[in-house]
Amino acid sequence: MKKDIILAGVGGQGILSIAAIIGYAAVESGLFLKQAEVHGMSQRGGDVQSHLRLSSDEIASDLIPQGKADMIISVEPMESLRYLPYLGPQGWLVTSIKPFVNIPNYPEMEQIMQQVEAQPNHIALDAETMAGELGSVKAANMVVLGAASPFLDLDYEKLEKAIHFVFGRKGEDLVQLNLNALKAGRDYAEKHMN
Amino acid sequence: MQKLLLLGDEAIAQAGIDAGISGIYAYPGTPSTEITEYVISSKEAKEKGITATWCANEKTAAEAALGMSYAGKRAMTCMKHVGLNVAADPFVNSALTGANGGLIFVVADDPSMHSSQNEQDSRFFGKFAMIPVLEPSSQQEAYDMVHFGYELSEKYKVPVMLRITTRLAHSRAGVVRKTQREQNRFKLPEDLRQFVLLPGIARKKYQVHLKLQEDFQKESANSPFNQYFEGKDHSMGIIACGLAYNYLMENYPDRNIPYPVVKLSQYPAPLDMVEKLYMQCETILVLEEGFPMVEEMLKGLLNKGKQVRGRLDGSIPMAGELNPNIVSKALGFEQDPITPVPSLVTPRPPSLCKGCPHIDSFVGLNEAIESFGKGRVFSDIGCYTLSALPPYESINSCVDMGASITMAKGAADAGMKPSVAVIGDSTFTHSGITGLLDAVNAKSNITVIILDNATTAMTGGQPSSALNRIEDICKGVGVEEDHIRVIKPLRKNHEENTRILLEELNYDGVSVVIPRRECIQTLNKRMRAKFKSANTNLKNSKQ
Repeated sequence: MKKDIILAGVGGQGILSIAAIIGYAAVESGLFLKQAEVHGMSQRGGDVQSHLRLSSDEIASDLIPQGKADMIISVEPMESLRYLPYLGPQGWLVTSIKPFVNIPNYPEMEQIMQQVEAQPNHIALDAETMAGELGSVKAANMVVLGAASPFLDLDYEKLEKAIHFVFGRKGEDLVQLNLNALKAGRDYAEKHMN
Repeated sequence: MQKLLLLGDEAIAQAGIDAGISGIYAYPGTPSTEITEYVISSKEAKEKGITATWCANEKTAAEAALGMSYAGKRAMTCMKHVGLNVAADPFVNSALTGANGGLIFVVADDPSMHSSQNEQDSRFFGKFAMIPVLEPSSQQEAYDMVHFGYELSEKYKVPVMLRITTRLAHSRAGVVRKTQREQNRFKLPEDLRQFVLLPGIARKKYQVHLKLQEDFQKESANSPFNQYFEGKDHSMGIIACGLAYNYLMENYPDRNIPYPVVKLSQYPAPLDMVEKLYMQCETILVLEEGFPMVEEMLKGLLNKGKQVRGRLDGSIPMAGELNPNIVSKALGFEQDPITPVPSLVTPRPPSLCKGCPHIDSFVGLNEAIESFGKGRVFSDIGCYTLSALPPYESINSCVDMGASITMAKGAADAGMKPSVAVIGDSTFTHSGITGLLDAVNAKSNITVIILDNATTAMTGGQPSSALNRIEDICKGVGVEEDHIRVIKPLRKNHEENTRILLEELNYDGVSVVIPRRECIQTLNKRMRAKFKSANTNLKNSKQ
């Protein structure tokens, strides 16, 4: 088993939480893992990405080679396109469609969606609205993770367990919110993946 | 044995705790910050009584580590590559004083300048000081090298450098811990003049240091981290330094490399190993993260030997970090077509946070300085450097920690008026105070704006050495009290703040304006913690 995943978003959108959940579930599954993160200056509202690699064999590089990623998981639509050079021919693009506009020249949404929909394998969902309906837009990242979960080759229960582990310190309410968000994303993907 | 999922930085920190350090000293700097942060927040480190502190700058940190080594205990000091420039004096000279307790300088380089102003390669500093340099290829090796490094340091009584780069520092992987070592007991150096570098003594110590080079060479030859892998195809030999080894392996999914390979992770470069490769192979490819150091050594000045490929001949770009694709090209593999980034994707540079106090400060400064014209504001290194970008475009320099004040002085000497320095509170105590003293002594016409957000914000909100001290420091240095002005950067104070800034820009002499408001990130963090504890109290009182 090998899964190379690019996580994408804007600094502060919570992609490292997604990485932490997948990472925990992967370790629980006895897999090797490498995860390159972006710290420092870019975290101030800049574009951020994380290379997350899972494998049943030992992993060499911390970075995913271009054209080899199995998935791009993005919490922002334009950011999902920034890493297309990494996506392999059979790869999945899973992205939230809510734009994060903090630059004056943000492109037209219509054009962005055209590019997203041009990808042979994609799931595009309004994670923010879905999370809002569940209680908080802050759980949008877990909706996106849920939508990506059918393609991860990890037991769904392991992801749930990881949410308990990562958010447990912050209280039961938050754990439940994130579990619901994960489920909502999962359900959406299962309906739209074909 | 227990496996931990750790960043490269955290692996080094955990290894320090396990290898029996008694102290770790640093100034925050990406990508090295998480090492010291990890030890500071480690319960284990607390129980062991390990001193873990942020210092005023990298030089004071390195010297404190050297002092701890003098007292016989193991010490670690951590910095980013440009931090080593600040600590260069104690670093280079500690090679001659040597260590008593084990001493490791951890230096984190930032090729591709993700969060830095250059991409200098610290291995050159290691070579310059003529001390052993360890360069891990993985998080596990980073962990193991700390243990190994302290043994090496105590065996030869020299400081050792552990050099990492951003990708290792900020990448997570499983790490297995080793058996823990006790800390050293307090023990003075056997020779009480060991650390006295008077010329007469230093000359003798230098001879000893020169002699040690043979030992370092032997250590490299026998190092568990340097390996020679045979290969059948001698048309090429590969030297892969540090992290580059992973990118090489990535290109051979079955891990079968047809060429002979030297995995190089301990310097000085092991001569026999390198020579064997050179003699055996027709061409040599050097893969190294950073400058072409090994490549240059192999080529020599005249380059009359075999073909050596790497950054110098364009097989690999001169600038920027390596990745599997760059290495794949250098190895001569055919490249699959890559989907390009759609042209509509626009750059998204980092920016000041919503609600950041610096925004109000720069809006005020821009208005106050408007009548004098653009191009008169020197700045420094921190979040506020982002004010160089639109929409503010307020500053005209970012060079090194503290340079804003001294450059403003030089420009004022050249007749520029007003000459303005903008510096953060933590950067001010890092390297700004001495420059301010220069300006006061020379009665320079400069206005220094010390943006006080009460933290070291860019690196994640570490405590600032300047906290509650700035006015006293300025007074102590000799700035006139009437010209130390504190303002609160809020939109509602804009007019008054702009007036005060303008008054001080017009003043002949050294003036200081301190816009003071807490960093919005640390404020939010504090409020969340407060809210959480209030909630817990409420719950407890209900039970």
